[in-house]
Amino acid sequence: MSFERPAARVADVEPDDLLNKRGPLGPPQSMPARPQSPPTQPYASGLGTPAGTEPGLSVTLRGLRAFYGANEAVRGVDLEFNANEVTAIIGPSGCGKSTMVRCINRMHEEIPGARAEGKVLLDELDIYDGAVDVVAVRRAIGMVFQKPNPFPTMSVFDNVAAGLRLTMRGRSQGSKAELRAKVEAALRSAGLWDEVADRLGEPGAGLSGGQQQRLCIARSLAVNPEVILMDEPCSALDPIATLKIEELIDQLKRRVTIVIVTHNMQQAARVADRTAFMLDGRLIEVGATQEIFTTPGDPRTEEYVTGKFG
Amino acid sequence: MSARGASAQQLARFAVAPSRRRRDRLARAGILAATAIALIPLALIIYYLLRKGLGSWSPSFFSSDPTGNTFFRSASIGGIKSAILGTIEIVALASAISIPVGIGVAVWLVEYGKDGRLASTVRFFIDVLTGVPSIVFGLFIYIVLIVGTGTSYAGYKGSFALGLLMLPVVTRSAEVILLLVPNGLREAALALGAPRWRVIARIVLPTALAGLLTGVLLAVARAAGETAPLLFTAASTLKTNLNLDQFTNSLPVQIYNDVTSPTTAVVNRAWGAALTLVLMIGALNVIARLIAHRSRLS
Ligand SMILES: Nc1ncnc2c1ncn2[C@@H]1O[C@H](COP(=O)(O)OP(=O)(O)O)[C@@H](O)[C@H]1O
Ligand SMILES: [Mg+2]
Repeated sequence: MSFERPAARVADVEPDDLLNKRGPLGPPQSMPARPQSPPTQPYASGLGTPAGTEPGLSVTLRGLRAFYGANEAVRGVDLEFNANEVTAIIGPSGCGKSTMVRCINRMHEEIPGARAEGKVLLDELDIYDGAVDVVAVRRAIGMVFQKPNPFPTMSVFDNVAAGLRLTMRGRSQGSKAELRAKVEAALRSAGLWDEVADRLGEPGAGLSGGQQQRLCIARSLAVNPEVILMDEPCSALDPIATLKIEELIDQLKRRVTIVIVTHNMQQAARVADRTAFMLDGRLIEVGATQEIFTTPGDPRTEEYVTGKFG
Repeated sequence: MSARGASAQQLARFAVAPSRRRRDRLARAGILAATAIALIPLALIIYYLLRKGLGSWSPSFFSSDPTGNTFFRSASIGGIKSAILGTIEIVALASAISIPVGIGVAVWLVEYGKDGRLASTVRFFIDVLTGVPSIVFGLFIYIVLIVGTGTSYAGYKGSFALGLLMLPVVTRSAEVILLLVPNGLREAALALGAPRWRVIARIVLPTALAGLLTGVLLAVARAAGETAPLLFTAASTLKTNLNLDQFTNSLPVQIYNDVTSPTTAVVNRAWGAALTLVLMIGALNVIARLIAHRSRLS
């Protein structure tokens, strides 16, 4: 299936309204429900439920292909990211890791001339279905980028609140107290609250690089996603900041499914439950991280993880 | 290579050749001379402006309209109040028209049009518009709004001419600034699920604000000093006039009229008005620079 239709629908959606009910493709499928929370009100709980009680969702790629114009960067990938696991994607640069990950929250289609084919299932819902609202997809599947990118005009507080303010109508944003509670919960989840509690009003860009990256993680957590995609989130950070993020990833996987692209093999070994190896736009091998690094099934994987190329 | 003491042979390898030193000195002298030549007229302009302009300044110079009297030494020739206010009014209306349109076009070019055919065409016409001599804008408005409608001169017609003149300047500077906004910010906002128009309104424009303001102020400063677009659109008048539907005085046009007068006092008034105009435009430039200095993007 291809999606050369208008990239973004500008309709505001209620947080739990993953499906655009006026969509062109007839009867909407039901949104995949989180097992332990009623699907109609998953975001109503102010301070947020304790980490771990709202599991993430699995993501399945079926024959995913991605193009930049005529250049095929991802060439048919079938891959499952299990719920509440960390899956690392490794591979030499230019092999299509970023492109594949950006297809998962439909950011790929923001690039002029880019398109994707195949299926991406969030639990069981095909997010490329015509009735699915791209805005809702991106709220459910958050993203953290290589370079920390807090909004430079905004304070620490406003950065975290940005996701809520940018995606919801005024009245569904809730009261000020609710917003504060959500921001605090997100900052706590990102392990940043203790460091910034007394300077919420200062510019987010004034934090250190590692803090900025955790601020970006808090920003994506604030809208309560089920999946978080991280594209080399530590490559601009020093080793200590990197360690903090890795610890954070370990905690976050209790409430979200995490896909992390990394060029750092040790990092994959430290944080990932499963690891996928890509080469030239194809998935070569996926398996338990331990296996990929010790007893890979494919000679190319072995060459890569032992540093013979890449 | 030995650590202590370099041999004369080794030193010679690194010594500056005399001919190169000579050429260097010559080049420096040449550049210095060129700079001096460029600065001399600038210094002279400032000198004459201050010497002749300050002489005609007085409190009543700013608070009275020109009287039109140029014959009787005993009677006052009046000041430049109507010209100052007229310039502010005309330029304000021109800005109110051209700034929103110009920034809107720039937003469209950067955020939607990108490198498409239509965007390239728009860019081409903006470039052409940038090169059009200012008198042509006046001529255009004169033909369309004065000859075409069979009506008379009016301040707002001058504003239209100045607005046309400002439009490409505003658009181009805004486009450059919007392109400086890191793409990562747009992506971050889009990845949060924000619709594109909100990304522009809440992230891109606020981030670019300082730079946009700088460009806008420079465009305003440029328009404030233009004479040609106003000569046969807003024309000139003596009285202070808050109604832009009438003939409206302006500093550049009054300077133009005064300088051609045979009366010394009136010519001196032109110098006073010129100094005033230069200071007003200079202030805009200084403000623009201060804002640019604080910009997050530079
Ligand atoms: N914006 C883009 N426009 C065109 N081609 C791109 C773009 N981004 C990536 N590519 C191409 O797609 C391929 C995969 O790139 P990418 O997904 O960034 O690889 P990785 O993240 O593994 O380094 C590369 O050949 C690259 O040249
Ligand atoms: Mg990449």
